[in-house]
Amino acid sequence: MDHHDHHHHDDDDHHHHDNRYSDMQARVKALETVLTEKGLIDPAAIDAIVETYETKVGPRNGARVVAKAWSDPDFADWLRRDATAAIASLGFTGRQGEHMRAVFNTPETHNLVVCTLCSCYPWAVLGLPPVWYKAPAYRSRAVIDPRGVLAEFGVTLPDDTKIRVWDSTAELRYLVVPMRPDGTQDLDEEALADLVTRNAMIGTGLALAPEQLR
Amino acid sequence: MNGPHDLGGQMGFGPVAPEQNEPVFHAEWEKLALGITLSCGAFGAWTLDESRHARENIPPAQYLGASYYEIWIRALETLLERHGFASDEEISAGHKLQEPAKPKRVLTADMVPGVLARGGPCDRPVDTEPRFAVGDRVRTRNFNPVTHTRLPRYAREKTGVVEAVQGSFVFADDNAHGHGENPQWVYTVVFDGGEIWGEGADPTLTVSIDAWESYLERV
Repeated sequence: MDHHDHHHHDDDDHHHHDNRYSDMQARVKALETVLTEKGLIDPAAIDAIVETYETKVGPRNGARVVAKAWSDPDFADWLRRDATAAIASLGFTGRQGEHMRAVFNTPETHNLVVCTLCSCYPWAVLGLPPVWYKAPAYRSRAVIDPRGVLAEFGVTLPDDTKIRVWDSTAELRYLVVPMRPDGTQDLDEEALADLVTRNAMIGTGLALAPEQLR
Repeated sequence: MNGPHDLGGQMGFGPVAPEQNEPVFHAEWEKLALGITLSCGAFGAWTLDESRHARENIPPAQYLGASYYEIWIRALETLLERHGFASDEEISAGHKLQEPAKPKRVLTADMVPGVLARGGPCDRPVDTEPRFAVGDRVRTRNFNPVTHTRLPRYAREKTGVVEAVQGSFVFADDNAHGHGENPQWVYTVVFDGGEIWGEGADPTLTVSIDAWESYLERV
């Protein structure tokens, strides 16, 4: 197959203006109608999927994992060795969480997760990814200029902190366990979970100090 | 393929600009895009690897100008047409014009909790022992296939260290094209920032990828 043939079959008219996607609401609605008429999709299933990611599967799941790891050294050890099983023990399993790894921030090393090739993200513990995680600015720069990216999130690390970027190029999905903030020794797991933001579990943030919640 | 999706190290996209209190969805069509994409995935007609390849085949000017859900929809339409479920003509007309291919299953509401909770594990046993061990120095191969690969351009022909043997997994590069799962060992390989980015690289930076065994050569 020569080069011309290769791109020819994908989109015959991509040299011309493509207005099929100028109104996504109309285009996707039409797609839904066609597939429903053919009996290929069930609108109630779509509602159930949307409801799952709006109300059940989101970053509060991951925050519970982190809070337990902070509170329970045995759990933290399990999370380090077999994150998939440790996370499943809290009831968080499934799509885009099948093969989990947890990476722990330390005073020496800060971890940052990206998928430069698409939008791989640990849905089972963080829900659906935010727009910025899937967009070219983050995907292009996280691997070459992580400190510049972190600054845009308001995070400045000491100059000698090592930065480890994890590019999710296979089917492993990464959860960052941020460092436990000072002054939290009296908090229970539920109160600790409130300090764990989504961004802290991607590495573009740090856990909140208790006074930041007030 | 060296498509628009392979973004590591590219420049000119501006600041990340995170949105404060971002909603899960920004429009009703995004909800439909998610639900339809997952529902059609349940047909069993294509793999996640094939859908990734359909996304990266979107021409660069369109890919880089599209939101991620738009990327999903453009790729989904390609897959629906390729596998005989719906044509561009039908979607443009907004109604069914011909009978579709028969899917292995149609996702109904009662199936959703189980399907999402199970996901699609892609670890598979292999007969061979891992070729590399933790601590081994390895070099990634230099190749530029027109087909799917999960070895980013920035990490080709670079020397790094095996940090973990992660298990054996479906080989995306084959599976995306219907050539079988052909599982291989997958390793986390870590590179110094300077090995990848050369002069001026952040001296505190290390970057890892998860690499299938056939991407790697012993140093």
